Amino acid sequence: MAERTLSPRVIPDRLQSRGNRLLKSWESLLLVVAVLIFTINSFASPYFLDPWNLSDATFNFTEKAMIAFAMALVIIAGEIDLSVASIIALSSTAMGLAVSFGFDTPVLIAVGLGTGLVCGMINGLLITGLGLPSIVVTIGTMSLFRGLSFIILGDKAFTGYPASFAYFGQGYVWWVFSFEFVLFALFAAIYSVLLHKTNFGRAVYAIGNNQTAALFSGVRVGRVKFILFLLTGLMAGIASICLTSRLGSTRPSIALGVELEVVTMVVLGGVSILGGSGTIPGVVLAAFIMGMVTFGFGLLNVPGIVMSIFIGVLLISVIALPILWARARRRVAH
Amino acid sequence: MAKILKNREILLVVAIAALLMAITLRFPGFVAPANLARVYNDTSILIILALGQMAVILTRCIDLSMAANLALCGMVAAMINAAFPGVPIPLVILAVVVLGALLGSINGLLVWKLDIPPIVVTLGTLTIYRGTIFLLSNGAWINAHQMSDAFKALPRAPLAGLPVLSWLSVLAIAAVYLLMTRTPVGRAFFAVGGNPHAAVYTGIDVGRTRFLAYCLSGALAGLSGYLWVSRYAVAYVDIAAGFELDIIAACVIGGISIAGGIGSVPGAVLGSLFLGVIKNALPVVNISPFAQLAISGTVIIIAVAVNARAEKRKGRVILKKAEAV
Repeated sequence: MAERTLSPRVIPDRLQSRGNRLLKSWESLLLVVAVLIFTINSFASPYFLDPWNLSDATFNFTEKAMIAFAMALVIIAGEIDLSVASIIALSSTAMGLAVSFGFDTPVLIAVGLGTGLVCGMINGLLITGLGLPSIVVTIGTMSLFRGLSFIILGDKAFTGYPASFAYFGQGYVWWVFSFEFVLFALFAAIYSVLLHKTNFGRAVYAIGNNQTAALFSGVRVGRVKFILFLLTGLMAGIASICLTSRLGSTRPSIALGVELEVVTMVVLGGVSILGGSGTIPGVVLAAFIMGMVTFGFGLLNVPGIVMSIFIGVLLISVIALPILWARARRRVAH
Repeated sequence: MAKILKNREILLVVAIAALLMAITLRFPGFVAPANLARVYNDTSILIILALGQMAVILTRCIDLSMAANLALCGMVAAMINAAFPGVPIPLVILAVVVLGALLGSINGLLVWKLDIPPIVVTLGTLTIYRGTIFLLSNGAWINAHQMSDAFKALPRAPLAGLPVLSWLSVLAIAAVYLLMTRTPVGRAFFAVGGNPHAAVYTGIDVGRTRFLAYCLSGALAGLSGYLWVSRYAVAYVDIAAGFELDIIAACVIGGISIAGGIGSVPGAVLGSLFLGVIKNALPVVNISPFAQLAISGTVIIIAVAVNARAEKRKGRVILKKAEAV
């Protein structure tokens, strides 16, 4: 949708040293912000620095962050998936349906993951198979998937999940470390390796920077993109299992508006919305920042909708500030 | 014949006619002129919004904040009316149209001056505008008894057989049609979307044109805000939540290319009417209203697939020789 501007790209004569680059990177800025927010929060509320409270706070972002990892890859490849929240809803509805047929936890997991994969496959097929723009396709499937949940559920809700199913959203692996948090850490590691250490990751960057060039250098663009949408669907399915298990019920309006928070998290993490650049550690830090801000606001009794204003401002300002900063520097240089 | 099939507007007219015919088989009363007028009236707000969205999409942008803008302007209109019932209604309308245009211009400025991708800008302002309604109203509703009679009566008032609401949408269609086909700004919308680089070389300021498109969509959202609130006689934080998707769906169905530069006013109107007929027909043919979301989703996907095929076929070959090689 947005095309690059024609401003000349400046390539420095000499690469900066590794340490210098690390110091000036977006990720280190995020780290400073995260530490700052952590400090402010611990002064603002006496309840903040409690291990169990902090552990509760992680539930604010773990499910969204799991999707954000896959979404980061999609956005780096120059596409977008706005249907993730609706995939959560449809997955959750499918699991609720399985419960009403009397199935137990293992089947529920399979249903949740399977629904996510099928939804991702539909997105992938429409986008890579028919060559349609991902933003419109996923706006369409966003209505379609959630619409299907509405058709199945109407104004009712599924409850009565088996007790063993509660572990995924409410269980703890060790001390304060919840199953969700451990899963989040695991996926952070997996996606870091996938994006930064494998051929697949290089291909994702290549597609995002120049799709045609990637195609001519032998990258199977269609296949890579298809896998990315499949991954996003799968992650949405996993997030749906965690969320449904945590809430213990399914309504068709579950996870409404989550796609916005996921995209914000990815962009805040330093991933260019135009594609081609970004890192997983950045997204991890962004997840922590958003989770802690939400948690801190919650402790201070700020209503949810005011937090959403903050997220909106955050989303625009993290993109605007580097642009203004670069402009100011150029003005000083001249 | 093949030419007729390729024409999106005619295709849509045929589709709407087929839809009406299918409904008539089950419920003959649906095509009675009085009922069709009611369906049109019910679709009026969507039509007005789709016209604004069309201008934005033509310039290769997108406005996801229209429904939030509508809700904010609607709330402000209701609050003005509740606090000062004496303020004449035209003045209230003028105020919200200006407010809507201002909110739209914020989107436009961010896209123009800071080069932020439109989807990010409007995703952000979408939540900010919604949140602002909460800050203004403290989450309270403004109900029918707090609004003056004149405020509620205007869109309903009959004028030459149709309610004012319908006439306003007719007026908006005419105005936007003239703007698109008879003014330099309208041509600029198409030029910017068709090829931004070429537009620069012909002396069109791409950023400024996009800014104007956002102002137009904002102003129309502001107008719709008053219409929505006065028609349903209630204002609260969540009015028209999710309606931005219906607006985009109407545009996509109407053959407006999301890649910019392709589209027409009749297309946007017919796309809106297509959705409006479906929405009004569902209860009549006994399909749960909960199915509407899934149906619009499916229609969006089908429409974008059809659009993509049409655009591929249109590939602009200027030199016949080049094509042969």
